Amino acid sequence: MSKPRVAIFDFAGCEGDQLQIVNLEEAVLDVLGQVEIVTWREAMKEQSDHYDIALVEGSITRKSDEERIKAIRGKAGILVAIGACATIGGINCMKNFQDEKFVRRYVYGDKAHWYNTYAARPVSAVVSVDANVHGCPINREEFVQVLKALLQGKKPFIPNYPMCVDCKKAGNVCVLLKGQFCMGPVTRAGCGACCITEGAYCSGCRGLVDDPNMDAARALLGRFGISAGEALGQIRLYDGYREEAR
Amino acid sequence: MSKSAKRELHIRVDHLTRVEGHGNIVVNVSNGKIEDCRWEVVEAPRFFEAMVRGRKWYEMHHITCRICGICSIGHTLASLQATEAALGIEVSEQTMLLRKLALHAENLQSHILHVGYLVLPDLMGVGSVVPLAGSHPAELKTVIRIHRLSNVFSDTICGRTTHPQRLVPGGFVKYPKVDELKKLRQGLTEALSDLKEVARLVCLLAERFPAFSRETEFIALKSDQEYAMYHGQVGSSDGGTWAPGQYKEVTNEFCVPHSTAKYTKHNRDSYMVGALARFNLNSDRLTPEARAVAGLFKLKPVCYNSFMNNVAQIVECVHSVEDSINIIDRVLGRGLALEDIPPIKVCAGRGVSAVEVPRGILFHDYQYDDAGTCIGANLIIPTNQNHNNIYHDLQALLPSLLGKPEKEIELGLEMLVRAYDPCISCSAHYLKVKFKK
Repeated sequence: MSKPRVAIFDFAGCEGDQLQIVNLEEAVLDVLGQVEIVTWREAMKEQSDHYDIALVEGSITRKSDEERIKAIRGKAGILVAIGACATIGGINCMKNFQDEKFVRRYVYGDKAHWYNTYAARPVSAVVSVDANVHGCPINREEFVQVLKALLQGKKPFIPNYPMCVDCKKAGNVCVLLKGQFCMGPVTRAGCGACCITEGAYCSGCRGLVDDPNMDAARALLGRFGISAGEALGQIRLYDGYREEAR
Repeated sequence: MSKSAKRELHIRVDHLTRVEGHGNIVVNVSNGKIEDCRWEVVEAPRFFEAMVRGRKWYEMHHITCRICGICSIGHTLASLQATEAALGIEVSEQTMLLRKLALHAENLQSHILHVGYLVLPDLMGVGSVVPLAGSHPAELKTVIRIHRLSNVFSDTICGRTTHPQRLVPGGFVKYPKVDELKKLRQGLTEALSDLKEVARLVCLLAERFPAFSRETEFIALKSDQEYAMYHGQVGSSDGGTWAPGQYKEVTNEFCVPHSTAKYTKHNRDSYMVGALARFNLNSDRLTPEARAVAGLFKLKPVCYNSFMNNVAQIVECVHSVEDSINIIDRVLGRGLALEDIPPIKVCAGRGVSAVEVPRGILFHDYQYDDAGTCIGANLIIPTNQNHNNIYHDLQALLPSLLGKPEKEIELGLEMLVRAYDPCISCSAHYLKVKFKK
């Protein structure tokens, strides 16, 4: 049986997720042993229009990108969104809350009309997505786990419970109790609460859990002196495309 | 008229490969006359300068490091320095030393990735690093060993290789352990021999780098104390230095219609930043082993061959490793302290920083209101400063390639652009080669 053919593509983003794949080092050779990478602009000159699995990084920010992602979807049996920009829109969506004309003029001045853009959106807003690898950047182990599941024809496990579960497991002191801000109570778990474990707070890069209990979250954050406005500002940092942020 | 001079040539490399981001090389030659030879940046613009308006001072490094996954540590450091300058935050000597380590970790990681995974295939005559696993397993394993160590290096200092979490305005929220630093020092010492092996390998293949030369201006940080990376004055190979706050006098950004990345120029048509620029301005401050590797390649300042940027990257890898060993010794020698972040008084102000990241000098310029909310930002990324120099290099290189077969012309142009290690995704604003027959 021939190996599944994998193609890697990127749209608006920082390519940090592709770097995470490179950073698998020797493990990347194990993964590559199971598949054939046929297109990867960042790493190889060869490219092919025939692939089974498409890994897509970055968000869709231009009408012209829509045609490209639709063509990719048309060719791929399985399409996987990797990284916050692709899965939830990511920080690119921060500009959706400002006047588009102003945004273009602020950066490009009187040449603004040369550059087109529209409200940034996740890949799933344009084409159907079969699996998400969340995070900014993605977690290497989680990426391998999702890819393995897909190669075995299984549905990958993507947690749908809050970060607080991961954080307790990691044995961290609650950052709210330390008087800091935290998006953990409503953010999708799965990274092992890596930022909190490294001394920072959770900024919500994996996006909100499905059907987040926003009333309870507001009440909880309120108890620690965090206003709904502050919380909304944080949701808009990564998850600005979703209903709750608008 | 020779056969080549009559030639019709139309090259279009739609999305140059083995670079970060989307850029195209476009070449049209008609009756032997170059009608068009350009470098297009077609990456989707991302508008960071506008996006950060309205965000708080403590979020700025978190957001702006997302400009680039490859140099997220450098963006973090530039961002922290700009915020600290604006709010008048002083950092401790230990913080400064640990930040210099963080910068070396990223420089090593980024350079070895570029030389080992992206340039070596050109020198070996293959399309990617993948076939090297079969043909040159020992060499590839050496590269992987250095790359993995550089990631462990970043993890140890910053918490993560991409988008670090431990670095905040004022200092660190978590520290490496003494044992971890000792183990890292051991790893770095071992990496020196691995790096010399890579240097010897590239040196054997160095004749594949074209003997190209075009005089240009080089811009890099300069310092009296050290091979400037973390801080210094903005310096030019044409002479003169400027304070980071005067960066606009050097960069002079302008827009061109075929590029979402802005262009820059200073004394001449264009200038170059990056490893070769730093080497050309500061080579006398390199560590001894790094100087020895430069000698192996007969690399001397001022070198006007842009392809030698790849060699300067190898020299800098050695420098980063040696200097890191020295810094770790200083950190451990003075005793690693778990310092608290100093109290921060939020106030209105403007702060500008200039930091050398793998691809060259990076500027962050922020303005805050009295609540510490960002009301203005300007970010000038290294690759954007190189676009114009790449454009002028392409113009200078193409005529010398015209007599060659089309594939060789294409490869020569691609190698030239790749030598700059362009990071187009930074574009927040970048490449196609197109030939017509």
